[in-house]
Amino acid sequence: MSIGSTTNITQAALRDVQGPLLELTDVRTHFRTPRGLVRAVDGVSFTLERGRSLGIVGESGSGKTILSRSIMGLLPSKGTERSGSIKFAGTEVGNKSRKEMRHIWGKEMAMIFQDPMTSLNPLMRIGDQIAEPLRLHLGMSKADAAATARRLLQDVRIPEPDRRLAQYPHEMSGGMRQRVMIAIAMACGPTALFADEPTTALDVTVQAQILDLLGEQRRERNMSLVLVTHDLGVVAGHTDEIAVMYGGKLVEKAPTKRLFAAMKMPYTEGLLASIPKLEDQSHSRLNVIPGRPPDLVNPPKGCRFAPRCPYASARCNEEEPPLTATQDDPNHSYACWYPVGSPEYHEARARINASAGVN
Amino acid sequence: MAGTGKAHLRNSPDVLLRVEDLTVEFPVGRTGLKVNAVSGISLDVLRGETLGLVGESGCGKSTTGRAIMQLRRPEGGSVVFEGNELTKMTLAEMREARTRMQMIFQDPISSLNPRRKVRDIVMEPLTIWKRGSNAERATKVDALLSEVGIDPDRAAESQPHQFSGGQCQRISIARSLVLDPTLIICDEPVSALDVSVQAQVLNLLEDLKAKHGLTLIFIAHDLAVVKNISDRIAVMYLGKICEVAPSDGLYQQPAHHYTKVLLDSIPVPDPEVALHKVAIEGEPPSPVLPPPGCRFNPRCPAADDRCRSEEPQLREIGAGHFVACHHPLVGGESPVSVRTTADA
Repeated sequence: MSIGSTTNITQAALRDVQGPLLELTDVRTHFRTPRGLVRAVDGVSFTLERGRSLGIVGESGSGKTILSRSIMGLLPSKGTERSGSIKFAGTEVGNKSRKEMRHIWGKEMAMIFQDPMTSLNPLMRIGDQIAEPLRLHLGMSKADAAATARRLLQDVRIPEPDRRLAQYPHEMSGGMRQRVMIAIAMACGPTALFADEPTTALDVTVQAQILDLLGEQRRERNMSLVLVTHDLGVVAGHTDEIAVMYGGKLVEKAPTKRLFAAMKMPYTEGLLASIPKLEDQSHSRLNVIPGRPPDLVNPPKGCRFAPRCPYASARCNEEEPPLTATQDDPNHSYACWYPVGSPEYHEARARINASAGVN
Repeated sequence: MAGTGKAHLRNSPDVLLRVEDLTVEFPVGRTGLKVNAVSGISLDVLRGETLGLVGESGCGKSTTGRAIMQLRRPEGGSVVFEGNELTKMTLAEMREARTRMQMIFQDPISSLNPRRKVRDIVMEPLTIWKRGSNAERATKVDALLSEVGIDPDRAAESQPHQFSGGQCQRISIARSLVLDPTLIICDEPVSALDVSVQAQVLNLLEDLKAKHGLTLIFIAHDLAVVKNISDRIAVMYLGKICEVAPSDGLYQQPAHHYTKVLLDSIPVPDPEVALHKVAIEGEPPSPVLPPPGCRFNPRCPAADDRCRSEEPQLREIGAGHFVACHHPLVGGESPVSVRTTADA
């Protein structure tokens, strides 16, 4: 990469630091509203190693987007209460102002969003939009920035880059626009890329292409990738680890293969079961998680998932389960009193099946 | 050039809707060019059946749905619903016909009037058509709202923004059912919803279909969702139908190369099998100047000279399984047409 030659000192220094790239300790993001305090993110802790990919999965309102925006420092300044520590490459970024974060955005952390139309400037040519961060953050000359922009378009597999550089966003399809967003995000060689539902607005065929592109760019650039989505199918093949969020809390975190092989949270089980499977006969009944996510102004007292959990018992409604590691894998932790596979789980399942008249 | 054929149409007294050679074109400014959104497609739906229409953005699936409803008058072709030709109806006749065919849209929040109370939104069709007394209307609306899982008391005093996306879609469904229609066209009804909510809405549609004796046309880009709800699936590409099959058969033995691509693109929620290569490069070409011959030929791995010049016709390769492809994955090569033999 020619960007390497123009890398500034702080960036190089940050990259040399050993230890995890991202370290979150008890992160809380609350919003003051007329209805009361919305506890959108309520005590999340995890670490992410360099070059790894993490999927953050949950329903709408689980706090997954607010968590990624908290890390990026992209929160409204009014009415927001933040606490806890967010360390990025060893440096505390949780308390930084927007002005300070500007030196980190683009160069260290970049983000792509769900809607590629509204995240691009409709009045600016694609080429200028990609060149802007290059000139601003890396101080490139106009000619260098244009040449780099062209190469970035090639990197994200956009055919005829020269023609595309001169076009406006409305002249491109949704998939092409998302590729441009990825090119802009990659422009300054960030160490971490946050992708918030990057494929939700796209067709399945284009979704597969974009996910493969993100994975390929991550490997080539040794970048960390945080993929935020509601679809477990999307993260299954494209992440090393998965964190499941519910009601503003982390309820399960495990290496991807481990999670799918031995999930512990009934919520994770429910999310996976609700995906329609091609192997199933048509008209097969889909498994649903009944009810809706909790109100984050008045969250339930015990486990936040208890009101919707088919296996919940009295203890779940009273005491909140802590996030604990499994005995056989320290990287797999979950927050549940009676996890999938426990005797109580099997007992509850047998009870449900008996009442439904199934063996 | 011929359309994609009508071999798949059925001669049954149970046919509720029969669409033949439907064509929809949009002018491109004053250039004289046109977008060939739907290019002579034919399909039929039996009473009580669910037909899935699947394809990428821009394949014309939503335009087909809207043209059937006459929300946009098609440029050509016929749409026969319950024995009546819709394309020749006057606006007033069409309004009457639409009480028996309803539509549900993708974005549930923007398809509901933000300034009205939800219960009034659901009741409005009854008020317009002056059905029943006030008390009867109220009973009917409350029953329907409860059926779709919305509390009628809350609906009486709340506006759409006070409900979640999934709940708004339930409200749209209740509104579409209030005039007791026979056909409901669902245009990407679950694409904007979370997977967990999507499952709830799909189950709800199945329940309502059984209870109210509905016939559904289900339009979506996700084949896994379409397969779950449909009896029969039509795969569309660039304004044409490329394959029609019973849903289980389509999954077990896709015949068209494009159907295979759609199936392979669905993310598999299992990390052990998910490491597949991208199924297809690129995006569909512009429908302004569609490629000659088979419209899928520029992206098709099996395309040859014949595919670039001669348009394949739908033909039966199995029970109820039709494909428009010269070199399908199953079912053998298409017979050489009269025209090409004469040329040779």
